[in-house]
Amino acid sequence: MTTQTSDGSAAYWFVRGAAGLFSLPGVILMLSFVGFAAFCVETGMPRDQVVFMVGIVWALPAKMILVSSIASGANIAAAFLAVTLSSIRMMPMVAALVPEIRGQRTRTASLLALSHTVAITAWVYAMQRVPEVPRDRRVVFCAGLGITLVVANMVLVGIVYNLVVTFPPILAGCLFFLTPVYFLASIWASARQRVIHVALVVGLIVGPIATILAPELDILIAGLVGGTLAWAIERAMRQRSMRASATPDAGKGGEGAP
Amino acid sequence: MSWNWADNWWGFVFIAIAGWLATDIWRWLGVLAGNRLDESSEALNWVRAVATALVAAVIAKLVVFPTGTLEQSPVWLRIGAIAVGAAAFFISGSRPPVGIATAIATLALGLWWLGF
Repeated sequence: MTTQTSDGSAAYWFVRGAAGLFSLPGVILMLSFVGFAAFCVETGMPRDQVVFMVGIVWALPAKMILVSSIASGANIAAAFLAVTLSSIRMMPMVAALVPEIRGQRTRTASLLALSHTVAITAWVYAMQRVPEVPRDRRVVFCAGLGITLVVANMVLVGIVYNLVVTFPPILAGCLFFLTPVYFLASIWASARQRVIHVALVVGLIVGPIATILAPELDILIAGLVGGTLAWAIERAMRQRSMRASATPDAGKGGEGAP
Repeated sequence: MSWNWADNWWGFVFIAIAGWLATDIWRWLGVLAGNRLDESSEALNWVRAVATALVAAVIAKLVVFPTGTLEQSPVWLRIGAIAVGAAAFFISGSRPPVGIATAIATLALGLWWLGF
């Protein structure tokens, strides 16, 4: 296989995408999956179901919510609602990525299939790297990245499932902790709108309060109440800065940098 | 428990419906919305806020109410590790690896000091 530089073949760009597995975000994601495997082992979920879930759900926050819902005895409707609400964020993520990677001859069917591999890590990495990729190779690049991340982590989780219980307590604790810390840092760093920063802070505060007040519906309540509060706060901040700048033509919905 | 881990057949169906369908419908809608989506609409801003707050609540739950080994660790250590990590993150100019490494190192030191 000739893998020349610059305008290489489709295979070349697929491999370039796949190489994202060994980038820093890729490695952190794999470590997070080791931590996630430990979390699943603790809940008692069998290995075949965990590996299946890694491949078919893929997004780590959605899986955390799914496993937590199952472990707390939620029925399928409640679990669906909690998971689907956590995944609404996928829609703007994918919608933002599509115009970046779509070529003139890209079929919607390919994008629908490819969208399954979108989660925080793949999205952040793709949005950063795609400008360096020729436009007609971007879908292939993202396929290489996405498919490699999904398959590698399915294999990884399958392998470590039996090992994680033997980890010393400090290592097990740190791996568990890696998931929340990783999400916190990557969501903050990749946010392109201020409302995401505000919502992250408000959600962190409202979340535990909701858990204490309503442990069954805590995540949903924190999302709706905290998110609406964050949206209102950010909107007030925006309107205030618009008044302060005293422009007579105050257009709405400015996403401007703070 | 309305779920029995040993009931494998039902487990896969449960994951497929409450996991796969619940996440992929939003990915598909994201593709269809594509560039037709009005990036500056107030409704999308609200959806972003709700979605982010939801994930933040999951993050907070993992930190404040963890399972496993960390269940026996003091809550101040976990929140302290996040705070130290956040400080390093912002000082470094919002670089995730710096924040993540600092938070984990702080937690590891704390656990070791407490005799874990």
